[in-house]
Amino acid sequence: MTIIIAADEAPPPPRRVPLDGLHRELGGRMVTFAGYEMPVQYPPGIVAEHNHCRTQAALFDVSHMGQAIVSGAPGAAAAALERLVPGELVALRPGRQRYTLLMNEAGGILDDLMIANVDRAGERLFLVVNASRKAEDTAHIAAALPPDVRIDALEDRALLALQGPMAVTVLARLAPSVAALPFMGVADATIEGAACLLSRSGYTGEDGFEISVPASQAESLARRLLAEPEVAPAGLGARDSLRLEAGLCLYGNDIDELTTPVEAGLTWVIGKRRRMAWDFPGATVVRDQLDNGPTRMRVGLRPDGRAPARAGVQIVAADGTAAGDITSGGFSPSLGVPIAMGYVRRGLAADGTVLSLLVRGKLLPASIVPMPFVPHRYIR
Amino acid sequence: MSETRFTKDHEWVRLEGAIATVGITPHAQEALGDIVFVELPEAGREVAEAEACAVVESVKAASDVYAPLAGRVTETNAAIVDDPGLVNQASDGDGWFFKLELADTAAFSTLMDAAAYSAFLETV
Repeated sequence: MTIIIAADEAPPPPRRVPLDGLHRELGGRMVTFAGYEMPVQYPPGIVAEHNHCRTQAALFDVSHMGQAIVSGAPGAAAAALERLVPGELVALRPGRQRYTLLMNEAGGILDDLMIANVDRAGERLFLVVNASRKAEDTAHIAAALPPDVRIDALEDRALLALQGPMAVTVLARLAPSVAALPFMGVADATIEGAACLLSRSGYTGEDGFEISVPASQAESLARRLLAEPEVAPAGLGARDSLRLEAGLCLYGNDIDELTTPVEAGLTWVIGKRRRMAWDFPGATVVRDQLDNGPTRMRVGLRPDGRAPARAGVQIVAADGTAAGDITSGGFSPSLGVPIAMGYVRRGLAADGTVLSLLVRGKLLPASIVPMPFVPHRYIR
Repeated sequence: MSETRFTKDHEWVRLEGAIATVGITPHAQEALGDIVFVELPEAGREVAEAEACAVVESVKAASDVYAPLAGRVTETNAAIVDDPGLVNQASDGDGWFFKLELADTAAFSTLMDAAAYSAFLETV
């Protein structure tokens, strides 16, 4: 039998980011990720790129991520968005950014995202969402907005991330004002003639910046940054190993519609007022889990040996019963050992608990360890 | 005298007498990237042709290494277990994986020679 896939059912061809030509020129190994052709690594390789970020400054292209503006009458955008997340947005001051979650009524996580107040008058919020959730998020948010608030995707902007202990030194050479930006602060800045929106944040555990830049000026800015002696390009492979060491969740792996903020250890995203009002989607489920404990919890795991345990590996309790699953796992270049995160039954979640990981049919010992695996070095 | 041949799984096989040394090709190590873990078969294990008998893992992915031909494992390379990066540095030399006493040395000629493997690489 021959199965013929109709043309309209074939997946769309992967999209190219504004820096596509530069990635290829730099020898980037391109892979399809969330519908985009992105560099997984450059010739030095994932370990070298990872280590460069921990010691110098690495430049990542994260233009596949979704950027959007939610705008309306003063205060209206924040009030409308706040109904969809457990964080406090009405109280978010101008020039500040917050990590938060889009949630469903079952307490599940629809996406994790950054929301920044980029307007002194309180009329505009800037959102950065996961590439894989762009369409769903936009539809979900648009459906919840009142007539006087709108969401506009910023399709004509690229997003660069400059991460590492030397990131501030490098960027301050081009825009001295950035040195004063606090962690999770946002500001407009003109860099090499490009009107950029900067935030002091990232996904590596290091100090650094995410730079939203007009697509037409992204390549010249990237080339200018790469010309600095401290800066080297880094791909999605290093981005993943860096965020895993930092204990940060990857949407679709470590959190999804079937995990709650309590299970995921993300209860800190719930604002104080929201904990009094319980007025966010899924609040009933979250409140019950906070009162009675969730059935499972996200934990860090350190396999005893050298064999990496990757997403999907089963976690087995000392008594042989199923304990949970690995959701992200691999090799830590900084520590030189395998590390993983996953979910286990609450009774097995204490640091130091010894479990086994079912890797290729063999039970390998592992211990629950605190996260992050590598300490955060955000600016304070 | 030894001769080296290749498989479609990007392994090289060097035959000396009845003993075949097996490793992964420079193309394979390049494609895998930074190798961080290697698991090798027990000496004495009988393996069938194309049987998965070793594992190589890079930062991003795990791959099986197959027995290129049927035989018995006579020796494994402990050096790459202690230092997996050796496979990246010397995949066609010191980074060898295991040695097989071939069940049928005549079968060696069924593998690709260097010219055929080069041509095969052009197609992948």
